[in-house]
Amino acid sequence: MVSDFFHMGGYAFYVWTSYALATVFMLFSWIQPRLRERRLLRDIARRLKRGER
Amino acid sequence: MSIIPNWLHRLSSPKNFYRFAGIASNWCGWIALVLIIAGLYYGLVDSPPDYQQGDSARIMYVHVPAAWMSMFVYVVMASSAAVGMIWRIKASSAFANASAPVGAMFTALALLTGMLWGKPMWGTYWVWDARLTSELILLFLYLGYMALNSAIEDRETAARATAILALVGVVNIPIIHYSVEWWNTLHQGATVTKLDKPSIHISMLIPLLLMAFAFKFYYLSNVFRRARCELLEREQGKLWVRELVGGERGE
Repeated sequence: MVSDFFHMGGYAFYVWTSYALATVFMLFSWIQPRLRERRLLRDIARRLKRGER
Repeated sequence: MSIIPNWLHRLSSPKNFYRFAGIASNWCGWIALVLIIAGLYYGLVDSPPDYQQGDSARIMYVHVPAAWMSMFVYVVMASSAAVGMIWRIKASSAFANASAPVGAMFTALALLTGMLWGKPMWGTYWVWDARLTSELILLFLYLGYMALNSAIEDRETAARATAILALVGVVNIPIIHYSVEWWNTLHQGATVTKLDKPSIHISMLIPLLLMAFAFKFYYLSNVFRRARCELLEREQGKLWVRELVGGERGE
Protein backbone atom coordinates (compact mmCIF):
# COMPACT_ATOMS: atom_id res chain seq x y z
CA MET A 1 0.00 0.00 0.00
CA VAL A 2 1.00 3.63 0.11
CA SER A 3 3.10 3.35 3.27
CA ASP A 4 4.70 0.17 1.86
CA PHE A 5 5.59 2.14 -1.23
CA PHE A 6 7.45 4.78 0.77
CA HIS A 7 9.00 2.16 3.03
CA MET A 8 10.66 0.38 0.05
CA GLY A 9 11.12 -2.84 1.98
CA GLY A 10 13.42 -1.12 4.46
CA TYR A 11 15.62 0.44 1.81
CA ALA A 12 13.76 3.76 1.79
CA PHE A 13 16.81 5.90 2.55
CA TYR A 14 18.94 4.40 -0.22
CA VAL A 15 16.23 4.25 -2.87
CA TRP A 16 14.73 7.69 -2.27
CA THR A 17 18.09 9.42 -1.90
CA SER A 18 19.11 7.96 -5.26
CA TYR A 19 15.98 9.21 -6.98
CA ALA A 20 16.22 12.59 -5.21
CA LEU A 21 19.82 13.03 -6.36
CA ALA A 22 18.86 12.17 -9.92
CA THR A 23 16.02 14.71 -9.80
CA VAL A 24 18.17 17.49 -8.36
CA PHE A 25 21.10 16.87 -10.72
CA MET A 26 18.94 16.69 -13.83
CA LEU A 27 16.81 19.72 -12.92
CA PHE A 28 19.92 21.77 -12.20
CA SER A 29 21.56 20.71 -15.45
CA TRP A 30 18.35 21.52 -17.30
CA ILE A 31 17.89 24.99 -15.89
CA GLN A 32 21.55 26.09 -16.06
CA PRO A 33 21.88 26.57 -19.87
CA ARG A 34 18.47 28.24 -20.03
CA LEU A 35 19.54 30.91 -17.54
CA ARG A 36 22.89 31.25 -19.30
CA GLU A 37 21.29 31.75 -22.72
CA ARG A 38 18.92 34.38 -21.38
CA ARG A 39 21.79 36.23 -19.71
CA LEU A 40 23.91 36.05 -22.88
CA LEU A 41 21.15 37.42 -25.11
CA ARG A 42 20.50 40.24 -22.68
CA ASP A 43 24.19 41.16 -22.45
CA ILE A 44 24.66 41.11 -26.21
CA ALA A 45 21.57 43.27 -26.71
CA ARG A 46 22.80 45.76 -24.14
CA ARG A 47 26.22 45.97 -25.78
CA LEU A 48 24.66 46.46 -29.21
CA LYS A 49 22.52 49.27 -27.87
CA ARG A 50 25.57 51.04 -26.52
CA GLY A 51 26.99 50.80 -30.03
CA GLU A 52 30.05 48.74 -29.21
CA ARG A 53 31.35 46.64 -32.09
CA MET B 1 33.60 16.56 -54.26
CA SER B 2 33.31 16.95 -50.55
CA ILE B 3 33.00 14.01 -48.19
CA ILE B 4 30.61 16.05 -46.05
CA PRO B 5 27.08 15.91 -47.49
CA ASN B 6 25.50 19.17 -48.48
CA TRP B 7 22.73 19.26 -45.85
CA LEU B 8 25.24 18.57 -43.12
CA HIS B 9 27.48 21.32 -44.40
CA ARG B 10 24.60 23.80 -44.29
CA LEU B 11 23.60 22.62 -40.81
CA SER B 12 27.13 23.13 -39.57
CA SER B 13 26.97 26.87 -40.16
CA PRO B 14 26.59 28.44 -36.70
CA LYS B 15 23.42 30.34 -37.60
CA ASN B 16 21.54 27.31 -38.91
CA PHE B 17 22.83 25.08 -36.14
CA TYR B 18 21.60 27.57 -33.53
CA ARG B 19 18.06 27.43 -34.93
CA PHE B 20 18.09 23.66 -35.41
CA ALA B 21 19.42 23.14 -31.86
CA GLY B 22 16.54 25.13 -30.38
CA ILE B 23 13.88 23.06 -32.13
CA ALA B 24 15.67 19.77 -31.47
CA SER B 25 16.11 20.64 -27.79
CA ASN B 26 12.39 21.20 -27.29
CA TRP B 27 11.32 18.01 -29.07
CA CYS B 28 13.87 15.84 -27.27
CA GLY B 29 12.87 17.43 -23.96
CA TRP B 30 9.23 16.47 -24.33
CA ILE B 31 10.08 12.92 -25.42
CA ALA B 32 12.40 12.59 -22.42
CA LEU B 33 9.69 13.78 -20.04
CA VAL B 34 7.14 11.24 -21.29
CA LEU B 35 9.71 8.42 -21.10
CA ILE B 36 10.78 9.43 -17.57
CA ILE B 37 7.20 9.40 -16.30
CA ALA B 38 6.60 5.96 -17.83
CA GLY B 39 9.97 4.72 -16.55
CA LEU B 40 9.26 5.95 -13.02
CA TYR B 41 5.88 4.23 -12.99
CA TYR B 42 7.23 0.89 -14.18
CA GLY B 43 10.38 1.19 -12.09
CA LEU B 44 8.92 2.25 -8.76
CA VAL B 45 5.38 0.86 -8.88
CA ASP B 46 4.84 -1.83 -11.47
CA SER B 47 8.05 -3.86 -11.36
CA PRO B 48 8.49 -6.49 -8.61
CA PRO B 49 11.22 -6.27 -5.93
CA ASP B 50 14.31 -8.34 -6.72
CA TYR B 51 14.28 -11.86 -5.23
CA GLN B 52 17.69 -11.29 -3.61
CA GLN B 53 18.04 -7.54 -3.24
CA GLY B 54 14.45 -6.60 -2.50
CA ASP B 55 13.40 -3.03 -3.22
CA SER B 56 17.00 -1.76 -3.21
CA ALA B 57 17.21 -3.12 -6.76
CA ARG B 58 15.04 -0.19 -7.85
CA ILE B 59 18.17 1.97 -7.61
CA MET B 60 19.16 0.16 -10.80
CA TYR B 61 16.68 2.20 -12.86
CA VAL B 62 18.68 5.38 -12.28
CA HIS B 63 22.12 3.88 -11.66
CA VAL B 64 22.46 1.76 -14.79
CA PRO B 65 21.10 4.34 -17.30
CA ALA B 66 23.30 7.02 -15.71
CA ALA B 67 26.35 4.75 -15.99
CA TRP B 68 25.53 3.91 -19.63
CA MET B 69 25.15 7.62 -20.36
CA SER B 70 28.47 8.45 -18.70
CA MET B 71 30.22 6.27 -21.29
CA PHE B 72 27.95 7.11 -24.24
CA VAL B 73 28.33 10.87 -23.73
CA TYR B 74 32.10 10.49 -23.51
CA VAL B 75 32.30 8.71 -26.87
CA VAL B 76 30.00 11.31 -28.47
CA MET B 77 32.05 14.12 -26.94
CA ALA B 78 35.38 12.69 -28.11
CA SER B 79 34.12 12.01 -31.67
CA SER B 80 32.51 15.43 -31.91
CA ALA B 81 35.65 17.13 -30.61
CA ALA B 82 37.74 15.18 -33.14
CA VAL B 83 35.46 16.19 -36.03
CA GLY B 84 35.60 19.79 -34.84
CA MET B 85 39.39 19.68 -34.69
CA ILE B 86 39.96 17.96 -38.04
CA TRP B 87 37.47 19.86 -40.21
CA ARG B 88 37.43 23.03 -38.08
CA ILE B 89 33.67 22.91 -37.64
CA LYS B 90 32.74 25.29 -34.82
CA ALA B 91 29.33 23.71 -34.24
CA SER B 92 30.99 20.34 -33.71
CA SER B 93 33.46 21.69 -31.16
CA ALA B 94 30.61 23.52 -29.45
CA PHE B 95 28.65 20.26 -29.26
CA ALA B 96 31.65 18.55 -27.63
CA ASN B 97 32.09 21.35 -25.09
CA ALA B 98 28.39 21.28 -24.34
CA SER B 99 28.53 17.51 -23.74
CA ALA B 100 31.21 17.67 -21.04
CA PRO B 101 29.12 19.05 -18.14
CA VAL B 102 26.20 16.72 -18.94
CA GLY B 103 28.54 13.74 -19.09
CA ALA B 104 30.15 14.76 -15.80
CA MET B 105 26.70 15.06 -14.25
CA PHE B 106 25.73 11.52 -15.34
CA THR B 107 29.08 10.14 -14.15
CA ALA B 108 28.67 11.74 -10.72
CA LEU B 109 25.11 10.43 -10.58
CA ALA B 110 26.25 6.89 -11.49
CA LEU B 111 28.95 7.00 -8.80
CA LEU B 112 26.67 8.37 -6.08
CA THR B 113 23.72 6.07 -6.78
CA GLY B 114 26.23 3.21 -6.96
CA MET B 115 27.46 4.12 -3.49
CA LEU B 116 23.88 4.25 -2.21
CA TRP B 117 23.29 0.81 -3.68
CA GLY B 118 26.62 -0.55 -2.48
CA LYS B 119 26.06 0.32 1.16
CA PRO B 120 23.04 -1.97 1.76
CA MET B 121 24.22 -4.72 -0.63
CA TRP B 122 27.99 -4.87 -0.15
CA GLY B 123 28.15 -3.25 3.28
CA THR B 124 30.29 -0.36 2.09
CA TYR B 125 29.85 2.86 0.17
CA TRP B 126 33.15 2.57 -1.65
CA VAL B 127 35.82 0.06 -2.61
CA TRP B 128 38.84 0.73 -4.78
CA ASP B 129 38.01 -1.95 -7.29
CA ALA B 130 38.46 -1.76 -11.05
CA ARG B 131 34.90 -0.75 -12.01
CA LEU B 132 34.52 1.98 -9.42
CA THR B 133 38.01 3.35 -9.90
CA SER B 134 37.81 3.50 -13.71
CA GLU B 135 34.43 5.25 -13.45
CA LEU B 136 35.97 7.79 -11.06
CA ILE B 137 38.76 8.37 -13.58
CA LEU B 138 36.04 9.06 -16.16
CA LEU B 139 34.68 11.82 -13.92
CA PHE B 140 38.17 13.34 -13.69
CA LEU B 141 38.49 13.15 -17.49
CA TYR B 142 35.30 15.18 -17.88
CA LEU B 143 36.41 17.70 -15.26
CA GLY B 144 39.85 17.92 -16.86
CA TYR B 145 38.26 18.54 -20.25
CA MET B 146 36.16 21.39 -18.81
CA ALA B 147 39.11 22.92 -16.94
CA LEU B 148 41.36 22.77 -19.99
CA ASN B 149 38.66 24.28 -22.17
CA SER B 150 38.12 27.25 -19.90
CA ALA B 151 41.84 27.76 -19.29
CA ILE B 152 42.72 28.42 -22.94
CA GLU B 153 41.67 31.79 -24.27
CA ASP B 154 42.09 31.15 -28.01
CA ARG B 155 39.15 29.04 -29.23
CA GLU B 156 41.06 27.25 -31.99
CA THR B 157 43.82 26.19 -29.63
CA ALA B 158 41.30 25.17 -26.98
CA ALA B 159 39.39 23.05 -29.50
CA ARG B 160 42.60 21.23 -30.50
CA ALA B 161 43.86 20.69 -26.94
CA THR B 162 40.54 19.44 -25.59
CA ALA B 163 40.02 17.14 -28.59
CA ILE B 164 43.38 15.49 -27.96
CA LEU B 165 42.64 15.09 -24.25
CA ALA B 166 39.22 13.59 -25.06
CA LEU B 167 40.68 11.18 -27.62
CA VAL B 168 43.40 9.95 -25.27
CA GLY B 169 40.77 9.38 -22.60
CA VAL B 170 38.74 7.09 -24.87
CA VAL B 171 41.05 4.24 -23.74
CA ASN B 172 39.22 4.35 -20.44
CA ILE B 173 35.84 3.42 -21.97
CA PRO B 174 36.60 -0.25 -22.82
CA ILE B 175 38.43 -0.50 -19.49
CA ILE B 176 35.23 0.51 -17.67
CA HIS B 177 33.10 -1.87 -19.70
CA TYR B 178 35.35 -4.92 -19.35
CA SER B 179 36.65 -4.13 -15.85
CA VAL B 180 34.16 -6.58 -14.34
CA GLU B 181 35.55 -9.38 -16.54
CA TRP B 182 39.26 -8.54 -16.48
CA TRP B 183 39.57 -8.10 -12.73
CA ASN B 184 37.91 -9.61 -9.69
CA THR B 185 35.53 -6.96 -8.52
CA LEU B 186 32.63 -6.58 -6.16
CA HIS B 187 30.64 -5.11 -9.00
CA GLN B 188 28.35 -7.54 -10.81
CA GLY B 189 28.88 -8.37 -14.47
CA ALA B 190 26.81 -7.18 -17.42
CA THR B 191 23.25 -8.49 -17.62
CA VAL B 192 21.89 -6.55 -20.58
CA THR B 193 24.78 -5.55 -22.84
CA LYS B 194 26.16 -8.96 -23.65
CA LEU B 195 26.05 -11.02 -26.78
CA ASP B 196 23.80 -13.86 -25.63
CA LYS B 197 20.37 -13.30 -24.18
CA PRO B 198 20.09 -10.65 -21.46
CA SER B 199 19.75 -12.29 -18.05
CA ILE B 200 17.20 -9.88 -16.67
CA HIS B 201 13.47 -10.42 -16.41
CA ILE B 202 11.24 -8.52 -18.80
CA SER B 203 9.42 -6.76 -15.92
CA MET B 204 12.73 -5.15 -14.95
CA LEU B 205 14.05 -4.75 -18.46
CA ILE B 206 11.10 -2.53 -19.48
CA PRO B 207 11.65 0.24 -16.88
CA LEU B 208 15.40 -0.04 -17.39
CA LEU B 209 15.14 0.56 -21.12
CA LEU B 210 12.52 3.31 -20.67
CA MET B 211 14.85 5.16 -18.33
CA ALA B 212 17.83 4.54 -20.61
CA PHE B 213 16.03 6.11 -23.58
CA ALA B 214 14.68 8.91 -21.34
CA PHE B 215 18.23 9.80 -20.28
CA LYS B 216 19.40 9.70 -23.88
CA PHE B 217 16.72 12.18 -24.99
CA TYR B 218 17.36 14.28 -21.90
CA TYR B 219 21.02 14.46 -22.87
CA LEU B 220 20.17 15.50 -26.44
CA SER B 221 17.75 18.16 -25.24
CA ASN B 222 20.28 19.46 -22.74
CA VAL B 223 23.32 19.38 -24.99
CA PHE B 224 21.53 21.30 -27.77
CA ARG B 225 20.63 24.05 -25.26
CA ARG B 226 24.23 24.25 -24.10
CA ALA B 227 25.58 24.24 -27.65
CA ARG B 228 23.38 27.28 -28.36
CA CYS B 229 25.05 29.13 -25.47
CA GLU B 230 28.51 28.11 -26.72
CA LEU B 231 27.76 29.45 -30.19
CA LEU B 232 26.21 32.69 -28.93
CA GLU B 233 29.20 33.32 -26.72
CA ARG B 234 31.86 32.83 -29.34
CA GLU B 235 29.97 34.46 -32.22
CA GLN B 236 28.75 37.55 -30.33
CA GLY B 237 30.21 40.00 -32.82
CA LYS B 238 28.89 38.21 -35.92
CA LEU B 239 26.08 39.54 -38.07
CA TRP B 240 23.69 36.62 -37.44
CA VAL B 241 23.85 37.15 -33.67
CA ARG B 242 23.25 40.88 -34.06
CA GLU B 243 20.28 40.17 -36.29
CA LEU B 244 18.98 37.62 -33.83
CA VAL B 245 19.26 39.92 -30.84
CA GLY B 246 17.99 42.92 -32.79
CA GLY B 247 15.06 40.86 -34.06
CA GLU B 248 14.17 39.78 -30.54
CA ARG B 249 13.96 43.40 -29.52
CA GLY B 250 11.65 44.09 -32.43
CA GLU B 251 13.94 46.34 -34.43
